[in-house]
Amino acid sequence: MRRFSLTSLLSESLTGHEGWGRQWRDPQPKASYDVVIVGGGGHGLATAYYLATVHGITNVAVLEKGWIGGGNTGRNTTIIRSNYLYDESAALYEHALKLWEGLSQELNYNVMFSQRGVLMLAHNLHDVQSFKRHVYANRLNGIDNEWLSKEACKAFCPPLEISGRLRYPVLGGALQRRAGTARHDAVAWGYARGADARGVDIIQNCEVTGIRRDASGAAVGVETSRGFIGAGRVGVVAAGHTTTVMAMAGVRMPLESYPLQALVSEPVKPVFPCVVMSNAVHAYISQSDKGELVIGAGTDQYTSYSQQGGLHITTHTLDAICELFPRFTRMRMLRSWGGIVDVTPDRSPIIGKTPVPNLFVNCGWGTGGFKATPGSGHVFAHTLATGDPHAVNAPFTLDRFRTGRLIDEAAAAAVAH
Amino acid sequence: MAQQFRLSRGGRIDRSRPIAFAFNGRTVQGFQGDTVASALLANGIHLAGRSFKYHRPRGILSHGPDEPSALLSVDRGPGRIDPNNRASVVEAYEGLKTRSQNHWPSLAFDVGAVNDLLSPVFVAGFYYKTFMWPRTFWDRVYEPVIRAAAGLGKAPEEPDPDRYANRHAHCDVLVVGAGPAGLAAALAAAKTGKRVILADEGAEPGGSLLHDLTSEIDGRPAAEWLRATLAELDGRENVILLPRTTAFGYCNHNHVALTERVTDHLPTGASQAPRERLWQVRAGEVVLAGGSHERPLVFADNDRPGILLAESVRVFVNRYGVLPGRRIVFATSGASAYTAALDAKAAGAEVTLVDLRLEPDCGSGPARLRAAGIPVLTGHTVVGSKGRKRVTGLLVAPIGSDGRCGGRRLLPCDCVGMSGGWTPAVHLFSQSRGKLVYDAERDAFVPGSSAQAERSAGAAKGTYDLAACLNEGDAAGAEAAGSLERRAFTATSTPTGFQPVRIMPTDANPAKVRAFVDFQNDVTAKDIKLAVREGFQSIEHVKRYTTTGMATDQGKTSNMNALGIVAGQLDKTLPGVGTTTFRPPYTPVTFGTLVGPARHALFDPIRTTPIHDWAESHGALFENVALWRRAWYFPKPGEDLHAAVARECKAVREGVGIFDASTLGKIEIVGPDAAEFMNRVYINPWAKLEPGRCRYGLMLKEDGYILDDGVVARVSPECFHVTTTTGGAARVLAHMEDYLQTEWPDLQVFLTSTTEQWAVIALQGPKARAVIEPLVDGIDLSPEAFPHMAMRSGTICGVPTRLFRVSFTGELGFEINVPSDNALAVWETVMEAGRPYGITPYGTETMHVLRAEKGYIIVGQETDGTVTPDDVGLASMIAKAKKDFVGKRSLARPDVVAAGRKQLVGLVTDDPKLVLDEGAQVVADPDQPIPMRMLGHVTSSYWSANCNRSIALALVANGRELVGRTLHVTTPDGFAAARVAEPVFFDPKGERINA
Amino acid sequence: MLLIACPYCGNRPETEFRCGGQAHIARPADPTALDDDAWSAHLFVRANPRGIHAERWCHAHGCGRWFNALRDTVSDRFLETYPVGAQPSRSIETEARA
Repeated sequence: MRRFSLTSLLSESLTGHEGWGRQWRDPQPKASYDVVIVGGGGHGLATAYYLATVHGITNVAVLEKGWIGGGNTGRNTTIIRSNYLYDESAALYEHALKLWEGLSQELNYNVMFSQRGVLMLAHNLHDVQSFKRHVYANRLNGIDNEWLSKEACKAFCPPLEISGRLRYPVLGGALQRRAGTARHDAVAWGYARGADARGVDIIQNCEVTGIRRDASGAAVGVETSRGFIGAGRVGVVAAGHTTTVMAMAGVRMPLESYPLQALVSEPVKPVFPCVVMSNAVHAYISQSDKGELVIGAGTDQYTSYSQQGGLHITTHTLDAICELFPRFTRMRMLRSWGGIVDVTPDRSPIIGKTPVPNLFVNCGWGTGGFKATPGSGHVFAHTLATGDPHAVNAPFTLDRFRTGRLIDEAAAAAVAH
Repeated sequence: MAQQFRLSRGGRIDRSRPIAFAFNGRTVQGFQGDTVASALLANGIHLAGRSFKYHRPRGILSHGPDEPSALLSVDRGPGRIDPNNRASVVEAYEGLKTRSQNHWPSLAFDVGAVNDLLSPVFVAGFYYKTFMWPRTFWDRVYEPVIRAAAGLGKAPEEPDPDRYANRHAHCDVLVVGAGPAGLAAALAAAKTGKRVILADEGAEPGGSLLHDLTSEIDGRPAAEWLRATLAELDGRENVILLPRTTAFGYCNHNHVALTERVTDHLPTGASQAPRERLWQVRAGEVVLAGGSHERPLVFADNDRPGILLAESVRVFVNRYGVLPGRRIVFATSGASAYTAALDAKAAGAEVTLVDLRLEPDCGSGPARLRAAGIPVLTGHTVVGSKGRKRVTGLLVAPIGSDGRCGGRRLLPCDCVGMSGGWTPAVHLFSQSRGKLVYDAERDAFVPGSSAQAERSAGAAKGTYDLAACLNEGDAAGAEAAGSLERRAFTATSTPTGFQPVRIMPTDANPAKVRAFVDFQNDVTAKDIKLAVREGFQSIEHVKRYTTTGMATDQGKTSNMNALGIVAGQLDKTLPGVGTTTFRPPYTPVTFGTLVGPARHALFDPIRTTPIHDWAESHGALFENVALWRRAWYFPKPGEDLHAAVARECKAVREGVGIFDASTLGKIEIVGPDAAEFMNRVYINPWAKLEPGRCRYGLMLKEDGYILDDGVVARVSPECFHVTTTTGGAARVLAHMEDYLQTEWPDLQVFLTSTTEQWAVIALQGPKARAVIEPLVDGIDLSPEAFPHMAMRSGTICGVPTRLFRVSFTGELGFEINVPSDNALAVWETVMEAGRPYGITPYGTETMHVLRAEKGYIIVGQETDGTVTPDDVGLASMIAKAKKDFVGKRSLARPDVVAAGRKQLVGLVTDDPKLVLDEGAQVVADPDQPIPMRMLGHVTSSYWSANCNRSIALALVANGRELVGRTLHVTTPDGFAAARVAEPVFFDPKGERINA
Repeated sequence: MLLIACPYCGNRPETEFRCGGQAHIARPADPTALDDDAWSAHLFVRANPRGIHAERWCHAHGCGRWFNALRDTVSDRFLETYPVGAQPSRSIETEARA
């Protein structure tokens, strides 16, 4: 792997950048691998990377039916935070946040992780109570999160309107300063480049069409649009398409796939210094390095694989944005798009074993998977390498829906992820 | 000299109405009908902005919405300043102020242009390769610098004084685009009598006909046909013609979103109309006739000010009466530029045309031009341009039969019109999820199979000949309207066809040449090649890595060129590389349009009770609960929340308080199977509840967690009066209806929401009975006749009432249900009757404190969607005899019955003055290392004036076993010790309630 | 925004409706007879098909009635709507295509 640095960049600039090679290869699939990962999004690529770097397992293929990072990795609003309520979630997302903090250096790829702070607004007394519950729980879990008065919210985010004219006035907010955003595409590319350099085959335009099982019922490989590929273990990391892939092995999932929309404005000079989330009015906003306001909308109410949602979802989101930030009515929406998010009954992910031997699954991240990318890949790699979950993902079993040990952050706090 | 490039005649501007506006502080003269771009060009101003990354001088490229370069900040008065307006679509008016963007200190001298010198380093994706060390520098140094350099204009800084409107409309046929195809379609559809909406993004409908001086339609000049057609459409009652209206989003099931720019073309204050209007049209059929976009040519330094698209030169000449230059070189690989050259020549410019195609491939064009005195160089490529802030010459070279460039030649000029062919505007078609197919002959993606009830016509479909466009439009309009009638237009034939070219052949080292593909984002051909070299092969990857096509024009000018370059590098066909999916909006749309009036009071409905105005006039402060405004507390002068609530709390326990409980959800459940239905949706038993008696009911979701609670009265054997929480009313009714209709359709039960019918006045306290006794008729209020948890019908103040003897305070209490219309009168009468007893109005805060003193839960506060009846100590309410009810089975799941669940307890702080924070966490050992083991959290916490100390409720793991133990609760700066107690702090025996 | 044909009211915009998820999952007559696996499958496992989906809708801001619909989750096109308790006129391929 050619190291990226200012020096290498300057030296290439003298020769027209002709010396840069591929950031990852375009290999033909081999007949079999120790581990086959189905899904070339951030989570799948991170899994491959950590299999190679942490566990020394490099005979790995990542199969992607389109282009890597083309699903929810490249379609989300890149919010990263770890101030979750329950110990299980807090541990998982904090595990990820710690990895984010050194990720550009680890990957030698600038993923532009920007610790701009995520401010979550409280609009009613119930929100206040709920946010304080988070702040206190986070403190005891060693996670930064602080309560801000509404005036302090305004000081932290000057475009915010805190007057009583709002339909739901801002009463205060919870701020995680270590939280922030990152450049989503770069995360996929950085992991791909790092995994590839260690021998992982990243195979694009390769759709999995079946999961082959032996007489004992164990998974032994996958049928693909490019032929059968044998596998010691198969890890499915297919987000919105998980139900379809798992059904190939006869496993029925507690998942539903919903459209989730997002949009950006035209680029403007720096105007928005942080990330603001308001679950009560459904507004999620930050400004990208390029200058676009990045705005997340809600899910539609019906399941769909169309990557397209209703206009009323978008308008409702912008209602909330302009309610909180009145100066933005003259900004313009430049581009909007949709993703397919897989949602579990408790809106927490499933990471671990399945009833089928040698078949593992990492799914159900709903609307909040991007923030977990490094942590998700790290613990799923552990699970695939050892056959058992890492302590961090141990609670996130498929079995919890049978036993009733749900991890329902949203029910606990009316907090969308 | 003002307007030195304005032609002495011609154009559609109104020369009788001169206007002046400001550009960077300088006054620019123009005429009504000018865009800012046309007026700037009329005054010889080409330099209009600086590019995003390299800060290169940029001019006006286009005449339409595809303009990538000339982006201006427009100032329409205080609060009306916004960035990134395309000069080519902003209509100029007297007094308008405009500024160029992205430069410092000035447009002419921009320090940021140093980036241009560093361009060898600042290639595609360079930022992914550096800025990583030292680690802390990203947040502190690199990113702030990058951000300051990025962005284009400045965001508005003040609240927007303008209004925005929203309109829903239905029509049989929606026609998008009022060029020849769209007009013909609208005519055909309108004739059938069907309801037609014709929307066009331009200030004036007509499309290409607005700048076509030479064509004839059905024997008449095009402009005359246009006038007649518009008059006909305008005269029809079944046609809505919307100029300045862009169809920007094609959603599911023929739901099309349009934005109408209502007043931006008028001086500020000239109209009281809203600034913009969102039209949400549900159309039976849609005709897409949005035209096409011209492609620039990709050659070295193709971005200098003065280099325009060829058709745009023609538009400025013919429609606006402006010569963009006196010596114009047209560079083309297709036929349409020949028409532009002829028109420019006719307007008086000195014109040369350079065509990449070899002479035999050029048809009759060269001969026609030469006959008009225009030199034509066929078989010539463009290898560069000269000039800095304005083009001064174009470097061309012949291409030999071996494909190699011959000797360079400089064609001096002050303007270039370039044309690399045409790209149909298939955006809306693609948004509708129709399938695009690549048409090799037209070198374009054109509409293939439809996914919705729509059809394309004209240039949007790759049809460029005028007569063909008209006929296609006519057929599309007729077909959409279900008519079999067709007409045949005759029109002057249009020169069409072009040779696709991705990068103009050059004799220079391609690695040194900077030929721009995306003008705004400064993406060059070699950037795209670099991306491909680095393994980015999907067009989506290339877009994201290089940012080509991601600018405010969303790739209208650049996408096909970028795609072609990628395909060329990979030696693939265009469809082999794929096209990008087009996403809404077609052109940028203001947030205001999408929001409309939905702000502040109109953001969400505000629900108020009949007592609301009384409470407001008596000084109440309010809190939002779901959609409701509820009186929170009633401070007297000088009182804060704490003092007011302490007073209210004491008043209730010592005398009598009055509380507006009208927001409680109410559902009337009626029918022969009402009791059976209740049995199935509540955990309690209902069969034996006698009419006239009440019961506190608890209901679960099917997952076993508490959904809602409330007192239920049995009015008669077949009628229950159910109450729900304020926030849960709609949810509970929906939950009940769902089960009733879909699981138990055999049950004879009707559910009716009566929340708004009954207002509820709660009268609580030892004096409550005395207050209402004189007002009530037909009900014996004595404790024996009317015990706690009973309901009676009668009258109060002459008004029919369902009088509940219930209490959420632990005191003797009544909840007076009266028809909403009578509620205020009853309230005021009760207040008057209560005056001798010191009756005190109280709000939700006092209600919360009083119920917490008694340990009564509030669903949503003590419960949070993960709490079972046993967790809050209410398992005894479960009817043991019932085989089933909603949620019962889930209560038997292993982790729901497992030990260690959190249970509702009281917490008594060692320091009686300390009021814990709600949400504070509970631990056994405050000195344990982080992460600490948390036992639970405080759900409710108040100062209790009646107990003269703080009180708290908490959910604590195994809490009921810990009663008496001291635990530790987080405070803002540490921990506080608190003893676990039974969750009842006042009148533990419950004697007062039965008084 | 979808256009939904309420069997009782005709075509109405989606904002008048509430989607109730997968249709034809009958509540077991005796839930206590189910083991934990079967009960959790009833509660949580969904077909979530990429293709034809039988789902429940309620015309909440209209007639208030629940009904069923077949919709293609790839195109979002409705194939038909039909009353609660009825079966669609075509077979549901959900399981096959899921």
